[in-house]
Amino acid sequence: MLDPIIELQDLTKKYDQFIAVNRLSLTIKKGEVFGLLGPNGAGKSTTILMMLGLSEPTSGSVRVCGINSTRQPILVKQKVGYLPDDVGFYEDLTGLENLVYTGELNQLTKEEAARRAKELLARVGLSDAANKKAGAYSRGMRQRLGLADVLIKQPQVIILDEPTLGIDPAGVKELLQLIQRLSKDEGITVLLSSHHLHQVQQICDRVGIFVQGKLLAQGNVASLSRQLFAEDLLVLEVGVKQPTPYLSEELIQMDGVTSVRQDNHLLYISCSRDLTGEIAEKIVASGAGLIHLNQKQYGLDEIYHRYFERGEVK
Amino acid sequence: MKAEFASPFWVMVRKEVADHMRSWRYNLLLLLIGLTCIGSLYTAMMSIREAVPKDETLNAFLFLKLFTVSDGTLPPFITFIGFLGPLLGISLGFDAINSERNKGTLSRVMAQPIHRDFLIGAKFVAALIVISMMFLSLGFLVMGLGLLAIGIPPSPEEFLRMLLFLLLSIVYVGFWLSLAILFSIKFRQSATSALSSLSIWLFFSVFFTMLIQLIANATAPTNALNPNDLLKHQQFIQFIMRISPSQLFSEATTTLLTPTVRSLGPLTMEQVYGAIPSPLPLGQSMLLIWPQITGMIAATLVCFAISYVYFMRQEIRSR
Repeated sequence: MLDPIIELQDLTKKYDQFIAVNRLSLTIKKGEVFGLLGPNGAGKSTTILMMLGLSEPTSGSVRVCGINSTRQPILVKQKVGYLPDDVGFYEDLTGLENLVYTGELNQLTKEEAARRAKELLARVGLSDAANKKAGAYSRGMRQRLGLADVLIKQPQVIILDEPTLGIDPAGVKELLQLIQRLSKDEGITVLLSSHHLHQVQQICDRVGIFVQGKLLAQGNVASLSRQLFAEDLLVLEVGVKQPTPYLSEELIQMDGVTSVRQDNHLLYISCSRDLTGEIAEKIVASGAGLIHLNQKQYGLDEIYHRYFERGEVK
Repeated sequence: MKAEFASPFWVMVRKEVADHMRSWRYNLLLLLIGLTCIGSLYTAMMSIREAVPKDETLNAFLFLKLFTVSDGTLPPFITFIGFLGPLLGISLGFDAINSERNKGTLSRVMAQPIHRDFLIGAKFVAALIVISMMFLSLGFLVMGLGLLAIGIPPSPEEFLRMLLFLLLSIVYVGFWLSLAILFSIKFRQSATSALSSLSIWLFFSVFFTMLIQLIANATAPTNALNPNDLLKHQQFIQFIMRISPSQLFSEATTTLLTPTVRSLGPLTMEQVYGAIPSPLPLGQSMLLIWPQITGMIAATLVCFAISYVYFMRQEIRSR
């Protein structure tokens, strides 16, 4: 399960002067769920289009399933399912007819396409709506139909562009669980792009952070936070009754404390190791009056904001 | 061994044809053109008695007159087709690509293992199939009704001329179709693309002749006595007239359906002198309008080629 299935090498895409994707190198292994994270306009969609051969890279190479996407897009598209963000269907056709059409475009016979379509509709929970016109589908239903549409060709890789955009929280959870099950049960490699960090955190094996055309970091969530927050692994939020003027100075002189920021009655103390006990003692001793003390964990949100800010600065 | 699955291209064509057939737009147009068919057939029947030549020895091509004569209340069939054909072509093509783009289906279809040109090719072929079906069935219907009404069967030549006329109409509508498809690729809004196609159609059918008149008046030779100058001027005017596809179409169809038309340009007295006043055989008529036919097909292909190149270069983004 360790064969690379998507290999990007020094991939660059320029539009006139604007660099949408800048020397991107990335390897995704078979059976992995990879999250491509980044703000809008970071170049995620452009990268995906290049993987499918729908857009030509300015330089660099893309190989999906060992096939060069730029040279042989048809072969790649036989093996890769792609769900664009805000997917649309032919509104005059029913959900089932839409799927059968896609199946036929993938050179299935009508019977085979209909059989698979019904199976997939059951799987994504749309059996009841199979004969309803796709124009009457809600956004969440459309997204699920999109997933079925992607799966009808029995792909090795599925690429989902912002799959959770515009769906309610319950729908998101359902969809993500569905994606995760697919990856586990059938060994399908999943690449999904998103700017919704919490959602991606739940199901991704690895994530890559992508800002302004550059991949800033990649790895699983834990290793990313270690990479980034090596100096200040932990942040304590402390509420005090009467902050004394010397308190923050005293705190910063402690071994292991990297920074202290004061905001009225709140103190934010970053430290490289767990100093909760010592800090609490210090504050109590200083007579500032400790009200509360919170340990903050870095989630993808912080990771992302930090990278994003850096990206902005560059 | 025969493949069991249909080729993706024909799957797409089939879907597009089905879409057209089910659409309100197509059915309304069918109704409109059907009504004009019956209307012009009716006026032709009213006035066909006067069209019968006094001299019985002449081959009158009476049957073809069903399409060309009128008592003045309604224009004849060929004028109607010349007028409504572009509308048909434009309405079947103006939202071919941009509606797919706006509905978000374009990127989904393009992610399937098909060549990119399949989509635009399928759109064109499907609309052409639908147009052909409409014209051929209406044409044969008019023939059948005419046969019942006047009771004179068409000669094989008349039948062939009819058939060629219908094919020519399909080519003509095909031109407007490919123009509309070109605009549907160029413009994101289908309203913009529809209006652009319609404005070109209006330009050629209304303003172009006015423009020609202006040019003709401005460039008219001052020395009206020199026949060579007059002839040259006449040829020049005819040349610019033929830029308009509707002019090409009307010249071609008139020649096809009125076998007595011997020339499309001016004739000198020497050329006319000694000519037998009989209708031209089909081969000669075809020879006369061959440039017009090639011109129309070429214009269609040019439009299609431009849209092809344009589409192949365009990036497919979702919405």
